[in-house]
Amino acid sequence: MSDKNAIKVEPVALTRKDFVPGNEVRWCPGCGDYSVLAQVQKMFPEMGIKREDFAVISGIGCSSRFPYYMDTYGFHTIHGRATAIASGVKLANPALSVWVVTGDGDGFSIGGNHMIHLLRRNIDINVLLFNNRIYGLTKGQYSPTSLPGAKTKSSPFGSIDNPFIPASVAFGAEASFIARAIDVDVKNMQDVLMESHQHKGTSFVEIYQNCVIFNDGAFADVSNKKTRPDHALFVKHGEPMVFGADQNKGIIIDGSHPKVVDIGKEYPIERILVHDKTNPLITNLLLQMTLDNHFPTPFGVLRQVDKPTYDEGLISQIDAAKEKLGEGGLEELLALGDVWEV
Amino acid sequence: MTTQVKHVDEVTIRFAGDSGDGMQLTGTRFTETTAIAGNDLKTLPDYPAEIRAPAGTLGGVSAFQLMFGSKTVFTSGDAPDVLVAMNPAALKVHLKELVKGGVILANADAFSDKNLKLAGWESNPLEDDSLSSYTLYSVQMTKLVNLALAESGLAPKSIDRTKNMFALGILFWMYNRDPEPTFRWLKEKFSKAPVLAEGNITAIKAGYNYGDITRIFNTSYRVERAEIPKGKYKSVTGNEATAYGLVAAAKKAGKEIFLGSYPITPASEILHTMSKLKNFGVKTFQAEDEIAGITSAIGASFAGDLACTTTSGPGLALKSEAIGLALITELPLVIVNVQRGGPSTGLPTKTEQSDLLQALYGRNGDGEVPVIAASTPSDCFYAAYEASRMAVKYMTPVILLTDGYLGNGSEPWKIPSVDELDDFEISHPKAEDFSEDVKFQPYKRDEVTLARPWAIPGTKGLEHRIGGLEKVDVSGDVSYEPMNHQVMTHLRVDKVAGMTREIPQTEIFGEAKAKLLVLGWGGTFGAIHVGVDRAQQKGYSVSQIHLRWVNPLPADLGDIFKNFDEILIPELNMGQLSKIIRMNFLRDVIQLNKVQGLPFKGSEIETKIYSILDKK
Ligand code: SF4
Repeated sequence: MSDKNAIKVEPVALTRKDFVPGNEVRWCPGCGDYSVLAQVQKMFPEMGIKREDFAVISGIGCSSRFPYYMDTYGFHTIHGRATAIASGVKLANPALSVWVVTGDGDGFSIGGNHMIHLLRRNIDINVLLFNNRIYGLTKGQYSPTSLPGAKTKSSPFGSIDNPFIPASVAFGAEASFIARAIDVDVKNMQDVLMESHQHKGTSFVEIYQNCVIFNDGAFADVSNKKTRPDHALFVKHGEPMVFGADQNKGIIIDGSHPKVVDIGKEYPIERILVHDKTNPLITNLLLQMTLDNHFPTPFGVLRQVDKPTYDEGLISQIDAAKEKLGEGGLEELLALGDVWEV
Repeated sequence: MTTQVKHVDEVTIRFAGDSGDGMQLTGTRFTETTAIAGNDLKTLPDYPAEIRAPAGTLGGVSAFQLMFGSKTVFTSGDAPDVLVAMNPAALKVHLKELVKGGVILANADAFSDKNLKLAGWESNPLEDDSLSSYTLYSVQMTKLVNLALAESGLAPKSIDRTKNMFALGILFWMYNRDPEPTFRWLKEKFSKAPVLAEGNITAIKAGYNYGDITRIFNTSYRVERAEIPKGKYKSVTGNEATAYGLVAAAKKAGKEIFLGSYPITPASEILHTMSKLKNFGVKTFQAEDEIAGITSAIGASFAGDLACTTTSGPGLALKSEAIGLALITELPLVIVNVQRGGPSTGLPTKTEQSDLLQALYGRNGDGEVPVIAASTPSDCFYAAYEASRMAVKYMTPVILLTDGYLGNGSEPWKIPSVDELDDFEISHPKAEDFSEDVKFQPYKRDEVTLARPWAIPGTKGLEHRIGGLEKVDVSGDVSYEPMNHQVMTHLRVDKVAGMTREIPQTEIFGEAKAKLLVLGWGGTFGAIHVGVDRAQQKGYSVSQIHLRWVNPLPADLGDIFKNFDEILIPELNMGQLSKIIRMNFLRDVIQLNKVQGLPFKGSEIETKIYSILDKK
């Protein structure tokens, strides 16, 4: 693939400040979006990409105001279509580092179709899915990730919808990179953002984000510093799945099921399951733990495999055709087909 | 019986058979051969929406009509002079349109009791004398190909299938056509199965020789070459021409082109054609739905490609919201709508001028979008080229309306030279154009066109944000200010209104002052032209204007209208342009509306002209 079609990564002298446009950020005070914005602004300068080579594309919703707060090329589009628009951006100019910012409503309700097709095509785009399990901008209706029974403005008697687990949908859609982060855990989010950038293909990052106004505390057990160690499992490729305040709990496979155990004599560390981000069985096992109260919620990079990307496929087909038939110009175009002279 | 040779100016042939009989292919081969022989022509494929409706039924009949002649040909013909009927259903469906005394060439072997019953014939029309007012040639085509191909090594089923080639051979003989180009084409098409190529060639030869030797046909015809301008020609369908026009625009402008599209009848051939043009750098993206088709194109436009999306009526409906996004973000985009019978799924394979109002008004807000329409299959090339040029020059989405008749129909096209195409230069702002004092402003407009600059991602120093929220003029920042929205709405409306400066003086076919003006737009050009021309030759005071631009309308139209007592607007809809004309000029018009999924016939226009002018 020619250079003009690859993202250029080289040392750049940029800092967080270069990505802050200086306009007023208008999320509610205390909204989880602030933290994500801060981490993205911190990590972009560390990626070795020139500022003008970033494009941030969003749909509609609270989180979709994101592009206005990043001093890069940005496009605040229409509801649900950010992933499709970003696909066009990337295919038109594969040298751009393209970031989609979307929410649980934008990305999985109205935009669900585009989301799954982006994931299966594996276009080299980073998707940040802000999951707050509620519609914020339209003022508090249940979303496709709201838990059963959720009492919201449009479900005063409790939601009877069965929710999506976004990362599981991504897995079902053959995503090559699936990660999960939470707004309040800065370090984990930074790692995940960097790995997302480094992955070639669609990177799907689900971020648990607290909506202080309409769904406060939706992720309390994993966002509260005190309870987090016992409820969150931060996985690392090649390392055992250990969690707990004293790092004394782990996951084992018992028969065909996962099980939480206390690490010790009976279950020494060697028996604890080791994370393998390339193994779909492991990824699926982690995803199944997500809404199951018997298990901690997994965070980190849950899956990462190398697969051909659509953007490279498109460019290489064009390159191959040019090689074989010669590059066609206007003259050749007009002369195509069975031409006769009068 | 001796065969006489008759010279005729124009002939209309309709090939009709079962969907599986290969009528589209037969028609296309006859068309190519006829074009190469130097006749002018137009075609009209007419096929069912079902891929394979039950064999032998009326619903499964597929047809292909062409008119060719020694003069300029404007339509695919009113009523066929020759009907090729490969089975009883085809005869049943199409007989009523055959001219009295016309020729029927039927495959007698297909007229079995079962097929006759399926088609609703009570007795065999080939044998019961009911066709005595026509010239009937009943030929046992299936039997004859089986005899001719007995030693070919082809399976019996494959042999049966060559009967369409046998019919084609008879027509080649009847119209004195050289079958050689079709032989070449068959050899290329079946290069991996030479037995098939040879089998088909043998069937054509058998048909040709049958005509020549058996002498059952009392006439063969000569249609002299048409007086057409010298130059290089090729045969194009409207959909192919649209694809070539879009890519030609990109090439002329030195841009890469991106097509985001979702398959839909009858527009898919544009996607197919462009998908083949990989070595021209064409990027085609078969999206997951209509919305992704257009939104991916909007993304590509934002990123700097010449972007387009192609669809038909229901697809345009799905794209509405996104057209609004392209409009408010002022990004160039070409939206091609190959119209078909509506509403809803309607008549997918049939033509209609269904979507003029949808194109003009199908958006929330004051959503002015330029709308242009192509008038013939080859005109689709120029219309697509023009749409691309205007989209970029004015930084706006442009809707191009073609239709099923244009999209599937074909005609010989005089290929333009590169210099004949309008200049198309694009300039993108660069960092060097700006400084601390002169800052880049994404909504600072060109004073004449009101277009905003097209700064593309990857350009250092011009980072900016756009989106669907209302913008402040010049800076492009988000604004909910009441007066700002007023200003911006005016600017968007004025920008489109100002495009009248791009529209050349309106051409009038006929006198500039007359009793009647026949006003049309889009694919009805040929039929209206034929009707008006015939009436003029009979001395009627009638002229024709055909619109390429429907929004904005040409600036001189109002003054022109004053010189006509009456205006007739024929449309393949219930009067959509009529509404626009009444509304814009406060002037009544006479409507002629046909919504049968079929194009106008020249005679229908002609009759209407007489009915108006004879009353006076
Ligand atoms: S409504 Fe909720 S999600 Fe939206 S900005 Fe406020 S806190 Fe954040």
